[in-house]
Amino acid sequence: MQKSLHIDPSKCTGCLQCEMACSYENYGVFNISKSRIKVFNFEHEGRKVPYTCTQCAEAWCMNACPVDAIRIDAATGAKVVHEDACVGCKVCTIACPFGTVNYVADTGKVQKCDLCGGDPACVTACPTAAITYVDADWTGLDKMRQWAGKTNTQPRASA
Amino acid sequence: MGWTRKILRVDLSKGTCKSEPLNMEWAQQYLGQRGLATKYFVEEVDPKVDPLAPGNKLIMATGPLTGTMASTGGRYSVITKGPLTGAIACSNSGGYFGAELKFAGWDMVIFEGKSPKPVYLSIQDDVVELRDASHLWGKTTWDTEEIIKSSHHDPQVRVASIGRAGENQVLYACVVNDLHRAAGRSGVGAVMGSKNLKAVAIRGTVGVSGIRDFKAFMTATTAAKKVLADNAVTGQGLPKFGTQVLMNVINEMGALPTHNAKDVQFEGARKISGEAMHEKRLSDGKANLITNAACFGCTIACGRISQVDKNHWSVVNSPKYWGATGGLEYEAAWSLGAADGVDDLDALTVANMICNEDGFDPITFGATVGAVMEMYSMGVLTKEQIGIESPFGSAQALLEIAHMTAEGRGFGKEMALGSARLTAKYGHPELSMSVKGQEFPAYDPRGIQGMGLTYATSNRGACHLRSYTVASEVLGIPVKTDPLVTEGKPALVMAFQDATAAFDSSGTCIFTTFAWSLGDLAPQIDAACDGGWSVERLAELGERIWNMERLFNNAAGFTAKDDDLPARLKTEPAKTGPAKGLVSGIDKMVPEYYQLRGWNKAGEPDKETLARLGL
Repeated sequence: MQKSLHIDPSKCTGCLQCEMACSYENYGVFNISKSRIKVFNFEHEGRKVPYTCTQCAEAWCMNACPVDAIRIDAATGAKVVHEDACVGCKVCTIACPFGTVNYVADTGKVQKCDLCGGDPACVTACPTAAITYVDADWTGLDKMRQWAGKTNTQPRASA
Repeated sequence: MGWTRKILRVDLSKGTCKSEPLNMEWAQQYLGQRGLATKYFVEEVDPKVDPLAPGNKLIMATGPLTGTMASTGGRYSVITKGPLTGAIACSNSGGYFGAELKFAGWDMVIFEGKSPKPVYLSIQDDVVELRDASHLWGKTTWDTEEIIKSSHHDPQVRVASIGRAGENQVLYACVVNDLHRAAGRSGVGAVMGSKNLKAVAIRGTVGVSGIRDFKAFMTATTAAKKVLADNAVTGQGLPKFGTQVLMNVINEMGALPTHNAKDVQFEGARKISGEAMHEKRLSDGKANLITNAACFGCTIACGRISQVDKNHWSVVNSPKYWGATGGLEYEAAWSLGAADGVDDLDALTVANMICNEDGFDPITFGATVGAVMEMYSMGVLTKEQIGIESPFGSAQALLEIAHMTAEGRGFGKEMALGSARLTAKYGHPELSMSVKGQEFPAYDPRGIQGMGLTYATSNRGACHLRSYTVASEVLGIPVKTDPLVTEGKPALVMAFQDATAAFDSSGTCIFTTFAWSLGDLAPQIDAACDGGWSVERLAELGERIWNMERLFNNAAGFTAKDDDLPARLKTEPAKTGPAKGLVSGIDKMVPEYYQLRGWNKAGEPDKETLARLGL
């Protein structure tokens, strides 16, 4: 079963544990400027929103890459940057409609979320379950359950 | 490691910024943040210095866990000699600013001298410069942050600044970071203002790599996070109600100082409580509370984000107060509310916004308004002098006085003095509810006896955050003690003071101590830092810090007579509630406290005590 990151912004407190975990997982340091997930704070609305790559099926970044440095991880479905092939041309950063592929000046390569090989560090670090890793075909399950709970049906009498 | 091992020294008189290696010998003795910065401060500054003169210094300091994955690891402190008190001042703040300083590669910044013109400090990793701030002078903290982000073309810059209160040297001005987090008490913002230092703007991309043992660190911090999540206070009460979980509890136990501490219970408490913040207003059908929020790294998330009814009389013509922003914490709800007899939740929320916007401490401000209202009720101050009728309970008076204080106009100039100087000026010093010049917060020592000793002996003037015995006397953490008795409180206060000093030096938040003991903190520090950090070592470090601060205050001129409470708390018994008939037993507790501390009767540490602590 393929899984997908699922983000519920209403649960996010803005603690940035996800950004710290991402930088530690990928660079071995605590450094949110190296994180592939970012939490946006819409201060005057009181909203905080974690945002990262959605792993598009027809990935613009992958299709745009001239050297095939972005490839699909068959196990997770993640579109993964292969640093040994990446030439740092940044075309993928232009192609991505969502801004979730970014250049890293220190390495001269681009980076994006790779789902940590199937065990995303941001999910483990999130203290409020605002970021979860769920069945990719059923990211709507929680919302469906919520609405299902509102339907006005009586329990069926035993047969 | 844990430390970046690098400090930044900024000479504002000369306009220079220099990097220095951190004194690692001191780091082993004083850890970081409060302890380590105070060590630098007492070594470099004359205790008799005028707090607002160029000879005073101001230090912004992180701890070894700041900027790490330790829960609440985002704290920094501002250390200076406080203008409100004349004592050592150390004010602690969360938000994101502290972690950013660490990410830029600095353990602390020492400001000295005075700039000839307004400046702000820009830090982009190791590129550090003082920049002109003449265009920022006169601006609020909110505008200052926005202008700096815009002019740097970088929304990721973190800013700590002073508002007009700091510029005008309101003696209880704060340093405000991330719009509504503050190094709040003792007037550290006024010291920044006196130095013509408007703001510090930081962007850090170096990160924290100097962890002694990353694997052990992740294990220790993960275990400690679970302790917070499983605890009823840090896992449920604080996220849901914030510190405002206490309003009804403290009122019911008759320990809510009301009407400038004439009363110990407030009939309007329910209307300004944490529970009330969740309820829908009659006026617009919306709740005051929008959501809770976390500071950097915090897995508790006690912060309140509130929004007032935009048709409320106080903001109907001021759209800048219509959005969501930092809401009421318990101390502010008490000082602006119960202390002044005001029970209008939205009005209190707006008063709190004004305190954030122009950077002044709502505890001292609200308590000073309480003293003004009492003087008004006695006829000592008149409508003409204040500029508005100011009886207890007037939300209009509270907000008008807040605006005047923020803008430095009219009676606001008198408000800038704080209650001790203001009441003395009008011949009624007994009406100031303060110790060492700083107003005590939201726990009445007649109903919670340990807090009386906490206030009387706090090294930064009256304060709840130096030994929060409320944890034990009210919540039963770590063990329940009777709030109405003095027995055992000196030992309790001392233990809390020492442990708190250790937490305040680590980079974590004192609110963790509802769930954590030093036993939870030690493994995290030990995994991050060289040197072998045990519970015993941290407790001793806390005691060393406490005595170091005490020595500075004694040298600054404080004596045993300053370890006392306002006469009202010792002579006017509580009128209602469980503490009815009681006064504070402070006079019984102080001598025993001195003895336990290893201090003489004059409140000076004995030679043996100093030798034992390596002071």
